[in-house]
Amino acid sequence: MSTVVALLEKNALITAFVIVALLLAGSNWLAARLFRGQIHGSAIAITLGLLLAYWGGVSSGGSNGLADVSFFSGLGILGGAMFRDFAIVATAFGADLDALKRAGWVAAMSVVLGVVLSFAVGAVVAVAFGFSDAVSISTIGAGAATYIVGPVTGTALGADSAVIALSVAAGLVKAILVMVATPLVASRIGLDNPQAALIYGGLMGTTSGVAAGLAATDPKLVPYGAMTATFYTGVGCLLAPSLLYLLVLFLQRLF
Amino acid sequence: MVIYGVGLLAACMLVGVILGDLLGQLIGVQANVGGVGIAMLLLIWATNASRLKLLLVPPTATGITFWSAMYIPIVVAMAAKQNVLAAVSSGWLALIAGVAAVAVSFAMIPLLSRLGRRTHDQS
Repeated sequence: MSTVVALLEKNALITAFVIVALLLAGSNWLAARLFRGQIHGSAIAITLGLLLAYWGGVSSGGSNGLADVSFFSGLGILGGAMFRDFAIVATAFGADLDALKRAGWVAAMSVVLGVVLSFAVGAVVAVAFGFSDAVSISTIGAGAATYIVGPVTGTALGADSAVIALSVAAGLVKAILVMVATPLVASRIGLDNPQAALIYGGLMGTTSGVAAGLAATDPKLVPYGAMTATFYTGVGCLLAPSLLYLLVLFLQRLF
Repeated sequence: MVIYGVGLLAACMLVGVILGDLLGQLIGVQANVGGVGIAMLLLIWATNASRLKLLLVPPTATGITFWSAMYIPIVVAMAAKQNVLAAVSSGWLALIAGVAAVAVSFAMIPLLSRLGRRTHDQS
């Protein structure tokens, strides 16, 4: 038995293929039988993945969810940024170029608006929780954009490490909620065409959240949402520690 | 050959990521600006360019469509490696900030969609 486990751990990526295949098979079975096709199999699989990640975090004490349990370490490779981005680029094969061109400026605007909105919401919550210095407020606001913009902004502004950790946590909550909630609200917010997907990607911005949210809603929309989402973190890292931080300073002086 | 498709896809991604990184350095940001998005545009351009069309005979295209089909399994693996524990156990501030940011962003989608449609009708 122990040699089998050792072999599975040695071939971690191959083991991960089997695990994900089983997880998706089980989810598709549940989707067909239990939910009678009302919920996508992939939405169930992503939710199960998140639950397993919680269990993995509890049992290993690490920060990579289930991938920190050595038997499941291959999930860290398969689900890492390299394969994720590779597969996202592949989805562009066969994407409608006209839909991209038509959405042009609305898509670009959605990215800037998405960063500013999330930053503002995060900053307001930080103030409501009693933070009063512009650096902490801006760092938490940036974290509400994505969990990369938060620490980049915090480091640039010299924020306290506890505040940076909070900003990462806010970004994580956002990413996970986008994964789970997108298929549930998709029809209500009109997320059923390429243009809406471009706007959705630009407003949400979290690449992993958008990637999983669209996969669980309609895989055909993935290239459009992913396209705008990949610009979000860059725009966030540009605006949060500069313009938006200055805005917080200015508002602080006003009140 | 299948590897031509995989190679083309990989080359697009590498060029995109390098350009995204340069773009980030250019505007003085410690992040990759749209590298994956640039790579997607490159792939769309490459697969539509008439000179490269000859490359995209069925087995070559399989090298790209395979990875496109692997997208959902990869996303499931990605979900399983998220730091869910940190997100859930970090206290109310992070939870409220994250949830509120998502709610406000969701609410903006119909508004922007309508705006986009209206300007498109005028032009």
